[in-house]
Amino acid sequence: MKRFVIRRILGMILVLFAISIATFCIFNVIPNSDPAQRLAGRNPTKGQIEAIRRQWGFDKPVYVQYVKTMEKVFSGDLISYVSQIEVDKEILQDAPRTFSLAIGAAIMWMAFAVALGLYTAVRAGRFADRFLTALALIGISMPVFWIGALMSYYLGFKWNIFPNGGYVPLTEDPLQWAYHLIMPWTALSLLFIGVYSRILRSNVLDTINDDYVRTARAKGLSERQVLLRHVLRNSLIPIVTLWGLDFGAVVGGGALLTETVFDLQGVGQYAAESVAQLDVPPVLAIVMFGAFFVVVVNTVVDIVYATLDPRIRLT
Amino acid sequence: MSSAEPILRVSDLEVSFATDEGLVRAVDGVTFELAAGEVLAVVGESGCGKSVTAMTLLGLTRSANARFAGAAYYGDTELLGASDAELQQIRGAEIAMVFQDSASSLNPVQRVGRQIAEQIQAHEKVTDAQARERAIELLERVGIPNARKRVDAYPFEMSGGMRQRVMIALALSCDPSVLIADEPTTALDVTIQAQILERFRELVAQMGASVILVTHDLGVVTDIADRIAVMYAGRIVEQGALDEIFYDPQHPYTWGLLGSIPRLDRPRPKRLPTIPGLPPSLADRPQGCHLRPRCPHEFDQCAKTPPLVARVPGATAHLDRCWLSCDRKRELREIEPGVIGLRGKHEVELTKGGAGS
Amino acid sequence: MSSLLEVEHLTMHFPVRGGTVIDRQVAKVHAVDDVTFSMVEGETVGLVGESGCGKTTLSRTLLRLLEPTGGTIRFRGTDVTHAKGRALAPMRRQMQMVFQDPYASLNPRKRVGQIIGMPLALHGTKRDAREERVAELLERVGLSPEHINRFPHEFSGGQRQRIGVARALALEPRLIILDEPVSALDVSIQAQIVNLLEDLQEALGLTYLFVAHDLSVVRHVSDRIAVMYLGKIMELSPAEELYLKPIHPYAEALLGAIPIPDPKENRERERVVLPGEPPNPMNPPSGCVFHPRCEYATDVCRSVAPPLMEYAGGHLAACHHPLNVTPREVAMAKRSPASPLSAGDETPSLAAPVADAGS
Repeated sequence: MKRFVIRRILGMILVLFAISIATFCIFNVIPNSDPAQRLAGRNPTKGQIEAIRRQWGFDKPVYVQYVKTMEKVFSGDLISYVSQIEVDKEILQDAPRTFSLAIGAAIMWMAFAVALGLYTAVRAGRFADRFLTALALIGISMPVFWIGALMSYYLGFKWNIFPNGGYVPLTEDPLQWAYHLIMPWTALSLLFIGVYSRILRSNVLDTINDDYVRTARAKGLSERQVLLRHVLRNSLIPIVTLWGLDFGAVVGGGALLTETVFDLQGVGQYAAESVAQLDVPPVLAIVMFGAFFVVVVNTVVDIVYATLDPRIRLT
Repeated sequence: MSSAEPILRVSDLEVSFATDEGLVRAVDGVTFELAAGEVLAVVGESGCGKSVTAMTLLGLTRSANARFAGAAYYGDTELLGASDAELQQIRGAEIAMVFQDSASSLNPVQRVGRQIAEQIQAHEKVTDAQARERAIELLERVGIPNARKRVDAYPFEMSGGMRQRVMIALALSCDPSVLIADEPTTALDVTIQAQILERFRELVAQMGASVILVTHDLGVVTDIADRIAVMYAGRIVEQGALDEIFYDPQHPYTWGLLGSIPRLDRPRPKRLPTIPGLPPSLADRPQGCHLRPRCPHEFDQCAKTPPLVARVPGATAHLDRCWLSCDRKRELREIEPGVIGLRGKHEVELTKGGAGS
Repeated sequence: MSSLLEVEHLTMHFPVRGGTVIDRQVAKVHAVDDVTFSMVEGETVGLVGESGCGKTTLSRTLLRLLEPTGGTIRFRGTDVTHAKGRALAPMRRQMQMVFQDPYASLNPRKRVGQIIGMPLALHGTKRDAREERVAELLERVGLSPEHINRFPHEFSGGQRQRIGVARALALEPRLIILDEPVSALDVSIQAQIVNLLEDLQEALGLTYLFVAHDLSVVRHVSDRIAVMYLGKIMELSPAEELYLKPIHPYAEALLGAIPIPDPKENRERERVVLPGEPPNPMNPPSGCVFHPRCEYATDVCRSVAPPLMEYAGGHLAACHHPLNVTPREVAMAKRSPASPLSAGDETPSLAAPVADAGS
């Protein structure tokens, strides 16, 4: 187990390194941008540009530039071309919103998917199963921006059931926090609920015919115990991996559409705006932030997976 | 042995499954009784309905496409019609089951001790710690060395033999009165098989449990069974005490089975005796006696289903389903001195044998 | 009678990799450990051992699906130990395999004709000739030529195994390795397949290596039987000899473990149940690999690997304390050149009588 964890962490560092190199290349391939000139802001003097060029090492070989840039990424000295605000400040301000959205939605979609997946599997072939299957397919095929806009118009604007946009920090008022996030959570979750419940349904249907489930019944366990302890637990193992991956992906940029539709001012939205303005430093920082997150979550998922299914520790 | 009130009575059990290929009659009128402390072996080849019969007793074959008829009494409880709640009380506590393939029959991601403790806790109010102690004790009883440590192992960390011992410990954990063992040693190496069978026999004798041993292996049967029921295509074709089946078999199918076991203690025959042809499809079986198309001794009367009745003079508990007279059978069944087999007008013809319908 | 296959000191070790950061070899599995035997044209050698004894690895190595880590394999006089690519083709053609599981070893999406015809197609037989040959093969194994367009799932286990045999026969091989060909089948069907194999051998002059996990079915097909344990040959003997007087205690235990399907004889028989389980092949015991489970084991067994001794009638056994032999036979026994290279020079001595050992 220890060996497994160490190997995973080493692998993680390697991946991050590779990503950082790829990201760094953005600086050099984006057209129409002498980075020094853009860093210097609007209407700079030649001297200012030169000073920045020296400070960032743009006159030095590429590997020096890479090291210097990474230094700045990690020390938080990156400055947006457009707003001239330090990028890390902006990210730190936006991150809680993105995390709130992602964590809440992840819990929501998992909970609903487990309930739906298990229910449809147990009722496989009956009306309830077919009805919910159709519903899941609808959920899968509805784009976030469309369902989000619809919710925001009816539930938020027209009927005034939920607040339209806005964010209240969790530390300030947990109830308001959740109240404000319910619509974004739902909009983001629908797709995942559809996908996850379908996967879980088929996993459960496979597992339920396994020999050890028959053994569990032969022991005299109640159907409920058989389902929860043996069928569900074993069917969830592969889904947990997926869950971690999707959660990482949502934080690392997948929440972009939802954030924009509900104007949450999260990291994703920040990234979208920066890309639109060819504002390279925030893009660089956000990509690193997202990559870091995806990779870390991945590693955590692998470790969790190994605890859930002891058989894979060996590999 | 079977003089006392039987512990289990099965009468005219029928199990069929609706499938795409039609109605599969897996069990077709099976009747038997199990006496207290008795070991009954149900013997037959794959698809003969022996496992379905065993699992049906515990309601493990219940499903949307399954149909049941007949009755199975455990004491006063009728098992086929029992509610789920009633069955749960009986499963594991009164009637326990040992499955064949321990690699797939144990939950792969649960520690073995936990799997045993879970069964104890399903039937008795004991704490986790008490259940765990019981599990350790059971593992010791079935011969797992270092049980206190092995209790925390996962199934994949154990050898096949050790896992099968866990399966047996699991079945014994609530001191059941009836043990159904479905091919308990089939997947194991012969030396391990011998170890486990010996331990199983000892433990069952100690506990005084009755056993239904489902197997295809007539060798295993001689080690442990008191009585044998031979099944073919969903029916019991012969039933009797161990020695009756081995030394005075009445049904041609039993002859064929006995004849096709390679004997290590006899001179090697030139050819292994076989049963020609193949078992019928369960969805489309012959009229009358099911063995008819494969039986060299078949005659007009075989188009009618022979009842399972005593046909051997003086042996009231030796039943069979063959229309031939007892004397005629004794004449027909010897294939060579001391070896009982299936031989008839057309000697086993191999080149055409397997091509049958 | 010429040697078809000669195997000398064949070794197949699998590396076990480990290490926290960098993979390195931390141990090796001694799957096949210095095995020597040969087969002559037309004979059947039974290869018997329990799971993990290396019999499957040995058969795969003989087919050169694996490249041995040591020793030599000669097929019809040609050294094929390390042959590669095209050099293997003629040998592959003459050496075929029938697998244990007739359900898993046939491609479920292919028709019977395609399955049996595949080896022919690979070796360039024309389409028409191929169909004719497939029909002929089907008939040969007791199936009907009309089955040519069916899928494997339409057949029973026994019929599928016939298909497997037909596929193996397609290229007119000299040697067929039968890897537990009847283990997955019902007894009555087992007998049919065994008889079929014997008929084919007689008609086509085939040589068989019949791999099995117990001593029951092999007896009916084998001329000689090799008993393997933990990668080594424990005993190699003319078939009937092994059943009458097994020399190695492991062979005796294997025989004793099979229940006799005769209630009275079974009751009278004193059965010795072999204790314990086979050790881990990653870390085999010192001396004789069987000693931890052997009731006759003495100090010499724990420290010195026994050589294969040749007793009267070409009966080989690797045991320091042989059973069922007279002191005279022991004295006459010679060390066989088939002995593992690591075996000691100790001459065997009769086993001290253990309580009721004389079966």
